[in-house]
Amino acid sequence: MVSMAWNDKTIRWAIIGFALLAAAGWLLPTWILNNVMFGLARGLAVLGLLVLWRTGLVSFGHALYFGLGAYAVALLEKYGGVTDVFLKFGAAIIVAGVFGFLLGFVLRNYRAIFFAMLSLAFSMVLYGVLVKMEVLGSTDGFSVTQNTILGWKPDGKYPLFCFIVLTCVIALSAVQLYLKSALGHLTTAIRDNELRVEYLGYSVARAIHVKYLASACLAGAAGGAMAMALGQVDPDSMVNWTVSGELVFITIMSGAGSVVAPFIGAIVFEFIRTYAFELAPQAWQLIVGGTLLAIIFFLPGGIWSLLEKPWAKGEADNG
Amino acid sequence: MQLITTMLLDGLSYASYLFIVSVGLTIIFGVMKILNVAHGAFYAWGAYAAAYAIGLAADNDWPDWSGFVLIFVAAILVGIVLGTIIERLILRKMYHEEEVLIVLATFGIFLILEDVILLVFGVNPYFAYQPMALLGSVKMGGIIRDVYSLTLFGLAILVAFGCWYGLNRTKWGKLLSVVIFDREISLAMGINVQMVYLVTFILGATLGALGGAYIAPTISVAPGFGIDVIVLSFAVVVIGGMGSIPGALIGSLMVGILRAIAVHKFPEFELFVVFGVMAAVLMIRPEGLFAPEKARRI
Repeated sequence: MVSMAWNDKTIRWAIIGFALLAAAGWLLPTWILNNVMFGLARGLAVLGLLVLWRTGLVSFGHALYFGLGAYAVALLEKYGGVTDVFLKFGAAIIVAGVFGFLLGFVLRNYRAIFFAMLSLAFSMVLYGVLVKMEVLGSTDGFSVTQNTILGWKPDGKYPLFCFIVLTCVIALSAVQLYLKSALGHLTTAIRDNELRVEYLGYSVARAIHVKYLASACLAGAAGGAMAMALGQVDPDSMVNWTVSGELVFITIMSGAGSVVAPFIGAIVFEFIRTYAFELAPQAWQLIVGGTLLAIIFFLPGGIWSLLEKPWAKGEADNG
Repeated sequence: MQLITTMLLDGLSYASYLFIVSVGLTIIFGVMKILNVAHGAFYAWGAYAAAYAIGLAADNDWPDWSGFVLIFVAAILVGIVLGTIIERLILRKMYHEEEVLIVLATFGIFLILEDVILLVFGVNPYFAYQPMALLGSVKMGGIIRDVYSLTLFGLAILVAFGCWYGLNRTKWGKLLSVVIFDREISLAMGINVQMVYLVTFILGATLGALGGAYIAPTISVAPGFGIDVIVLSFAVVVIGGMGSIPGALIGSLMVGILRAIAVHKFPEFELFVVFGVMAAVLMIRPEGLFAPEKARRI
């Protein structure tokens, strides 16, 4: 398995790149470190959306899993007293995974705008519950401040940063291997012609269910990581529909060309937002929205299409 | 009994308001197949424009009833200006793209318009209570209601009738039905589809703005209040059936009354009810309760 992963060119370069990033994190000033960390965390969710997008599905409700992951972390700390990063992170993935598995039975029968709308409805149900329940923190949410790694309580955010980098590498490699597997190759096939895939003897519904589950787990992981990185969860910045919109936005901005693209795109997004906020606190949405339109019109392949050309031509079969 | 009357009245006025906003969304979807996230921005622009105009009128000692005229003028202006700019400059270039990509583009437009509001009108809230104060309040079944929110019913009925009449009894409505039925054939028959699209979009935008403009006197118009409206009107439109005008009517009645019951009886479930019903409808009848019949292409 490991050698298989190492033989894959994308994974090899990604591991090297992320290792360099982790090393560079030691030297980076805190605000850059934070931005990169938020970007990587969000990138996990975008990676999940990429898996769905390659099948031609776009979810306007992935904030559901993002929020479930984030709230799993926060509630476990608040009511369970758990501070260990691994435990909290695991809980985020499991909670999101369970919901993704169950809702997957319903959502796997939907396509196009109906898929998007039903995902949106589910995520808004969670939003509605969170906003109105005092026990769940209502509109204020909770803070997540205690992060320990196997009993060790580090100062500063660098260890958490390394943890998130590691998670991203693992997730990215797993998705890359999945996309190269037989089931993964169905991804594009389903988008092109569902009926033929059925004729070939594969169950489209099941293939989509697997993808949906995977993307739910990734979004849950992203939410969990974000909660720990940000130190705060609340419905408006974790579960509202604008969060789902942002995630889809980053997916389009990144491009579907590679499993590395989501992380690059998410980090770029984080910096665009920070700078836009610095430059024009009252017009940052304008800058972000303008970027979105510009990407849709002038760069339909996303940021990745800029990097792809001078780089490896041989990997075109991934896209 | 009093509670039931209150819930019913609350529900109906909320439903009327939802209907005015969502009917624009559903018209745009029905004709152009665009799920327009920017609709929330039209709503917000309508509210700001109306509140600003009413405030200006009050400062210049215009009579209070002028507010009612200004509400409509503001909505129509917002609809024409924003509708034309967005349809001409952005959407027209995107009709061949995937639906989802267009949704995302309208999300971008929404973000931009939200901030342009701040740049134009500033961050301070606006109050435009004059039309509401003018009408005063009335006692109904032992409950005091302000007359203004009762006029909302009238407006909703007027809009509903206008849409029905326009679609079924005018030449323009027939053109619209033809374009909905088959865009390419209508193009071949010499119908100016681009024009139909533009007018549809302006009409939808105007209705969205009218919803905001009419509600402006009852609230404080502050930044960011278009955000919730989008998903609420999505819920209404999805429940009734995307693209169906009677659907929008039924959808808003359901959402309005359910929400009123929830607010009075189970306040924790206020939002849950709306989106729970939306999810349930999508699961049972994905096309919505009143989806228009689709022609099967061969």
